[in-house]
Amino acid sequence: MKDLVIIDSGGANIASLVYALERLGCAAHLSADPVEIRSAARVILPGVGAAADAMARLRAHGLVDVIPRLTQPLLGICLGMQLLFESSEEGDTRCLGVFPGAVRRFAAAPGRPVPHMGWNSLHAVADVPLLAGIRDGDYAYFVHSFAAPVGEHTLARCAYGADFSAVVGRGNFMATQFHPERSAAAGARILANFLGLS
Amino acid sequence: MRDGQVVKGVRFRDHRVVGDIIELAGRYSAEGADELVFYDITASPEGRSVDRGWISRVARVLDIPFCVAGGIRSVAEAEQVLAAGAEKVSVNSPALETPGLIDELARRFGSQCVVVGIDSQRVDGEWRVHQYTGDPDRAQRSARRTLEWVDEVQSRGAGEIVLNCMNVDGVRQGYDVEQLSAVRERCAVPLIASGGAGQPGHFAEVFRRARVDGALAASVFHSGEIAIPDLKAWLRREHIEVRP
Repeated sequence: MKDLVIIDSGGANIASLVYALERLGCAAHLSADPVEIRSAARVILPGVGAAADAMARLRAHGLVDVIPRLTQPLLGICLGMQLLFESSEEGDTRCLGVFPGAVRRFAAAPGRPVPHMGWNSLHAVADVPLLAGIRDGDYAYFVHSFAAPVGEHTLARCAYGADFSAVVGRGNFMATQFHPERSAAAGARILANFLGLS
Repeated sequence: MRDGQVVKGVRFRDHRVVGDIIELAGRYSAEGADELVFYDITASPEGRSVDRGWISRVARVLDIPFCVAGGIRSVAEAEQVLAAGAEKVSVNSPALETPGLIDELARRFGSQCVVVGIDSQRVDGEWRVHQYTGDPDRAQRSARRTLEWVDEVQSRGAGEIVLNCMNVDGVRQGYDVEQLSAVRERCAVPLIASGGAGQPGHFAEVFRRARVDGALAASVFHSGEIAIPDLKAWLRREHIEVRP
């Protein structure tokens, strides 16, 4: 059994994620094989790029029905978080449906360019094991043009114009809109918390 | 970066070795730097590309985003840099030679990965772009006006602009607020001020008066003259929002 599998959704730049896990003593294994993914102790769904491309690759690997049925801790990151919702406005894409609702594009405004890129602070941080040690006002590193609204599964918010979901969780499924692997000590803490979940 | 070592010059000349890349990268991220930029200043002038080995060594130790600049002339070269763990690539001289490179990079990787660096100073009363500034023997003024180039790179898909104000670089007398303010008026993407930081007041001034999104500095941090934690604490007391 592989301890941690990063789902290879192709195109994603995962070097910094692999190194961040390495710094925590975890050797991650990259795979698109449903058997390997099902048998992993933990799974990360990363993602950089467009929702439609990523869904097409998951479909090509036969993973669209596999991922929502996983029972081990799974962490979606950035686009990987958005793919866990029902749909994305990006390319009008049907997604995995683990979380209810639709991911929407940010409206650009003067002084608020899209993509939302850079450090921003977390608010209304829930008291859950994934976010142990994370406080309101801690900063995380974001790079995205689409976001999930705040809803019943929101575990932390961030504001860019309106509030959006920075962290969500539902049972064994968790996700961060920001990049924990780029988010200095706060990000490392979240990854370490995730590695400690069973 | 030059030949794998961290160097710093004054007004883009007389570069001296200031330290080991892994040691400096680790120190700055631990001290609270929000992002690091690595310029391979030897790359473009010699018509070669960056040596990639150090990028993954840096990525292994850094838990903040970093950007690599230097002789990235193609989508394939940018891809290698990003795959090695960099968050962004910055293009400068190659974008001046082939402006379509900006469009290609933005299409392939998204604007968020594509930084355009602009070396600029006033010549005969106008701000002009300069190129090959890493090599004093080859540095030259380009035919482009800075403000027009700022418009063009944004329309081609640049996601961020770093404005290196050459006349103030490395001399620690403050950022070129006048030039940065003029560029800010034209710049809808994040704008990073570069060149001239000498004391904490300079950072406060450039954030307040030029409304830049970030301030880049090298000399004052390399020399230890300003410690990043002290600078951030000072900026917070001045009511400028910074990550602690």
